[in-house]
Amino acid sequence: MSSDTITEPATRTAGHAEELKVVPTRHYARWAAGAAVVVLVAQFAHGLVTNPVWEWGVFSDYVLSETIVQAVWVTLQLTAYATVLGFLLGTVLAFMRLSRSPVLSTVAWTYIWVFRSIPMIVQLVFWFNLSALYKELGVGIPFGPVFWSVDSNTLIGTIGAAVIGLTLHQAAYAAEIVRGGVIAVDQGQLEAAAALGIPRLRQIRRIVLPQAMRAILPTAGNEIIGLLKGTSVVYVMSIGELFYQAQVIYGRNGRVIPLLLVATAWYVVLTSLLSVAQYYVERRYARGADRTPPPTPLQRARRFVTSLTKESA
Amino acid sequence: MSAVMVDVHGVHKSFGPLEVLRGVDLQVRAGEVTVVLGPSGAGKSTLLRTINHLEKVSRGWVSIDGELIGYRRSGNKLHELREREILKQRTNIGFVFQNFNLFPHLTVLHNLVEAPVSARRRPRKEAEETARRLLDRVGLADKADAYPRQLSGGQQQRVAIARALALEPKVLLFDEPTSALDPELVGEVLDVIKDLARTGTTMIVVTHEIGFAREVADTVVFMDAGVVVEQGPPSAVLDAPRHERTRAFLSKVL
Repeated sequence: MSSDTITEPATRTAGHAEELKVVPTRHYARWAAGAAVVVLVAQFAHGLVTNPVWEWGVFSDYVLSETIVQAVWVTLQLTAYATVLGFLLGTVLAFMRLSRSPVLSTVAWTYIWVFRSIPMIVQLVFWFNLSALYKELGVGIPFGPVFWSVDSNTLIGTIGAAVIGLTLHQAAYAAEIVRGGVIAVDQGQLEAAAALGIPRLRQIRRIVLPQAMRAILPTAGNEIIGLLKGTSVVYVMSIGELFYQAQVIYGRNGRVIPLLLVATAWYVVLTSLLSVAQYYVERRYARGADRTPPPTPLQRARRFVTSLTKESA
Repeated sequence: MSAVMVDVHGVHKSFGPLEVLRGVDLQVRAGEVTVVLGPSGAGKSTLLRTINHLEKVSRGWVSIDGELIGYRRSGNKLHELREREILKQRTNIGFVFQNFNLFPHLTVLHNLVEAPVSARRRPRKEAEETARRLLDRVGLADKADAYPRQLSGGQQQRVAIARALALEPKVLLFDEPTSALDPELVGEVLDVIKDLARTGTTMIVVTHEIGFAREVADTVVFMDAGVVVEQGPPSAVLDAPRHERTRAFLSKVL
């Protein structure tokens, strides 16, 4: 059949295709909703600036004050310790749960069950009162003589109790996150590593975990950000972290709102930094997953600038 | 005649109530190529996986170059080896998977270097030199720094073959190496395997490529329902099969 016998498309009869104008659909409801939201946001912003209750002057007095900066440092330390130790313990627990040994997997399962069941604040208060539970901690033969012991309060102290509490809590969640990542790795990868005779620990470290990281990172990022803000509950132990110090200051001067704003601002800044870090770490572990990795925002910005300078030249 | 390299003796394998291998005997001499044919579900892949102990046998034994795989014999008892010892034995047995199973997060070069460095304790530099030589041999010298997903299926399988060769194994096992490939990519992989055959590598190849079997195999083994139905030189098994089941299979695939 030759081409000229094919029925002409409708556009031909209406005129030449290049003369036809495309009229996009008009989304009236969408525009109205957009306008309403803009008004609300503007109102809120206006309130932030003009409402005297926020007391921006007090805010700027305190936001970079020594007490607050030191408190931020404590918050960061608590977060860092609990993250590192929590994920280390969590990884061990994850592999215990995946182990073929029923003892190991049951113990891991029970740990996760217990520590996910106890509210973090309850657990923290338990650790704070550890000396009531165990007056001394020692090393010796199980159920037998003790060779070395120390008063439990001297050993751990308040910060120690907070770190232990946060870590144990975090480990239970981290264990499930890591386990989720590990079981997401294709079984064929382990078979290939086993067929090549790669030692077991090396299989985990070099083959399984780097691939599991892709599934672990988004949820782990969530957890770490949650933990950063979650450290505020240790105020119950009178540890001088950000929220506690903000409270101490407004307890003294009565400027509640601006000092809550100070704490909020710092939490937002720290969370933003963590989010940026998460983006780059995720990118690193995506190596090999995409044929051509997308440019980073920075690279994109640079390209945009060079394209502008080229155009103007 | 050269010595027996792979000796499979009365191997049974069950998965629960399902008996996949029901007494398989197979001998492969050093430097020979054995091609295993048979319908799917015949137990070909399972047989291959018992040879490097990826699957534990239920009964019988496998030895490579006179060394029992996965067990140590003392008197009438077979003691199962520790995982570490089994891993060490596997470095003598190269395995090429249907789905390549390259490590996607490592570059091609690092895929080849990983096992020699960690399992054989080769110096990294020496392992990299060997790796580059092997990549050259499979025609992929320029892909050393690429990631596996940037390669075509045929190229990935050639990398997988080079990775298996990097350990200088005594025997190479191929589990349907071309089944996951587009038809036009099958040739480049078979060419690499043919080249290995010419240089006297001991190989067992599970495949559906009858033409390849005819051209390369010293021995063709036909399996069905967990047993070896017949084996012999390609001219005998492929052109004058003695068993009805072999004839029926060949009439379907040829």
